[in-house]
Amino acid sequence: MDGNETITFSRRAAAPSAVGAGDLTDALVATDYWTDQMVADAGIPMIDVPFVTVGGGIGSFVMVDYLRIAGVAPEKIKVLTQLDKPYEAYAHLCRNSQIPGGERLRSDSSACPDNIWGFPAYAIREAVAEKTLKPLWNVFTEPVIKDYYTPRAAAVFRAMDREAARIGWDRYLEKGQVRMVRRRAGGGYFTILTPPQGTTRTKRVAYRSLHAHIAVGYPALRFLPDLQKYRETYNDRTRVVNAYEPHEHVYEELRRRPGVVMVRGAGIVASRILQRLVDDRDHHGAQTLILHLFRTYRDRPYGDRHFGLGKRPARQGWAYQGFNVTKATWGGQHRKKLLTLEGEERKKFINYIGGGAHTPNRVDWKEQLKRGTMQGFYRQAVGVVEDVVPSEDGSSVVSMVRGKDGTVTEFPAKFIIDCTGLEGSPREHRLLADLLGHSGATTNPSGRLDCSQSFEVRGSQSPPGKLYASGAATAGSYYGGVDSFLGLQYVAQRIYEDLAAQGFCKRIGPGRSVSEWMKWMRNTPL
Amino acid sequence: MTPTIGGRLQTRIFLLAVIGSLWTLLVGPLLPRPDGASLGDVYVAAFKVLAIVMVVGLAWELLYHGLQQFRWEKDWPTLYGFLTGINEGLLAWYLAIALGLVEPAIPTSAFVVHFTTTWIVTWLWANGPMRVVFLRWRFVGGRIV
Repeated sequence: MDGNETITFSRRAAAPSAVGAGDLTDALVATDYWTDQMVADAGIPMIDVPFVTVGGGIGSFVMVDYLRIAGVAPEKIKVLTQLDKPYEAYAHLCRNSQIPGGERLRSDSSACPDNIWGFPAYAIREAVAEKTLKPLWNVFTEPVIKDYYTPRAAAVFRAMDREAARIGWDRYLEKGQVRMVRRRAGGGYFTILTPPQGTTRTKRVAYRSLHAHIAVGYPALRFLPDLQKYRETYNDRTRVVNAYEPHEHVYEELRRRPGVVMVRGAGIVASRILQRLVDDRDHHGAQTLILHLFRTYRDRPYGDRHFGLGKRPARQGWAYQGFNVTKATWGGQHRKKLLTLEGEERKKFINYIGGGAHTPNRVDWKEQLKRGTMQGFYRQAVGVVEDVVPSEDGSSVVSMVRGKDGTVTEFPAKFIIDCTGLEGSPREHRLLADLLGHSGATTNPSGRLDCSQSFEVRGSQSPPGKLYASGAATAGSYYGGVDSFLGLQYVAQRIYEDLAAQGFCKRIGPGRSVSEWMKWMRNTPL
Repeated sequence: MTPTIGGRLQTRIFLLAVIGSLWTLLVGPLLPRPDGASLGDVYVAAFKVLAIVMVVGLAWELLYHGLQQFRWEKDWPTLYGFLTGINEGLLAWYLAIALGLVEPAIPTSAFVVHFTTTWIVTWLWANGPMRVVFLRWRFVGGRIV
């Protein structure tokens, strides 16, 4: 069957019925495959569009960019989203985790969500814009002489604005919250959108598509279990905060009055938070004492001979790695190996290339912590937290930490900042949970959406239509770093290739690639 | 770069056979040549040097790949890709002399100019424009087919 073939929809079925009220019915919610008639009977208006992407973040953006460059007409694409800009949610997480626009991300120069070729990379663009050779020298000598070059957040966002304008991003957007994606009897999918109240005649609108793509980002914040328990037991969301949620009050209070803050975690986010705390000492007179608690303390390089030679560098508690996964995961040996692994072995290998806490090696961070150690405002502790309780006078939070020798030490702190990460479990996300419950999707050994090598959600096919997914929800699939800029580009490429094989879009061979790149360079609108 | 062994070999052949050849055609007339030598003589010698760099380069790639195994990230930094021109250039020069390509066919100065500029041009190409022509290249370890 030709993938470009249009599913035939009956006009009668497409017309909203007077019977339903335009909302989901119990029958619809309980049924895995929907017929056109069922949706029409519920009074939900149907809009036909061949390709729907849900999320509207960077994952959707890169996917749409690929499809437009591969010749898919704009009227064949809809983006269902609550976001005005594709980087809106990402920028929010960046700001909270102390990466304002002027700060640098942990992302490679050629991981460009605004440019499918990764050329010219951000270092080149920065060199041209700022008339300096520094970024070029950086990428030339990294990581041998210099630390890795990484772009400033604002530069990436500006570049995405440019590409969004070029491909006419706004014209694809349909605002609202997506409630579910269900398979359609006869092929394709129904995606149910709940538009903002008052903007549509009915509460729900159904997008009837041949293919659907899910890129909804991180389902939820992850708290360490002991901190989660504390927050729930004592209803205290002020003293125990997650680095990814707004927590500016912590810094404001610490600038006003000296205090102890406990930082949990040893990854990139912990590095950022520590930088902010030390910057506040250096520039705003804060007298903060930082207590950094490690669960796993790395002081020597480590690896796993089962998966190869080489060791991840580690020193003074920290493990160092340039990016979230090894570089060979992007397109080299580790990517190749990952494609051959299944089940638990794949899970173990993904843990090997990117698991555990690690952070990039940066000279400025090391200097701050070295100074903090010497001056006594940065202290490290190692152990497992047994309990977290409020102090008797309620002025601090006390962590009971069991050390290696078995003794329990109490560490009081004014604030605890949890820097351990974001949760990607699909069961915590309404839309993804619905896919697992009703659309045939299953989980992989890592507990995320099980996807094929083309990032089709396994079990959710609705021939000739396919359901694809990108981003954090697909972690544990046949690619490491799926939630990175480069990972989103890789996955979009795999999906585009699968769609091209079905005839849905054109192939981007060398000729088309060069001509489209020239258009990108000239900023020619698509 | 994050090459696989297959990607290394394919990229090496492509870079020298296509980009290296085009560059050699361009730079040939500018190379110093001995009295009486025609442009054709220079081209023959220069292309033979290019062939040496390509064939011997395949063996170099095997060595680099072996060294790459000791790296945690299993990558091959851009700087290494640039600096390996030194060892490769020296060996190519030795072989070119042994085969009579350099002195007398072309002077050492011509070899140096040709090799150095070809190395830089192919290295630059691999670090940017290659991705434009071959969209998948960077994601498949440097493989072209």
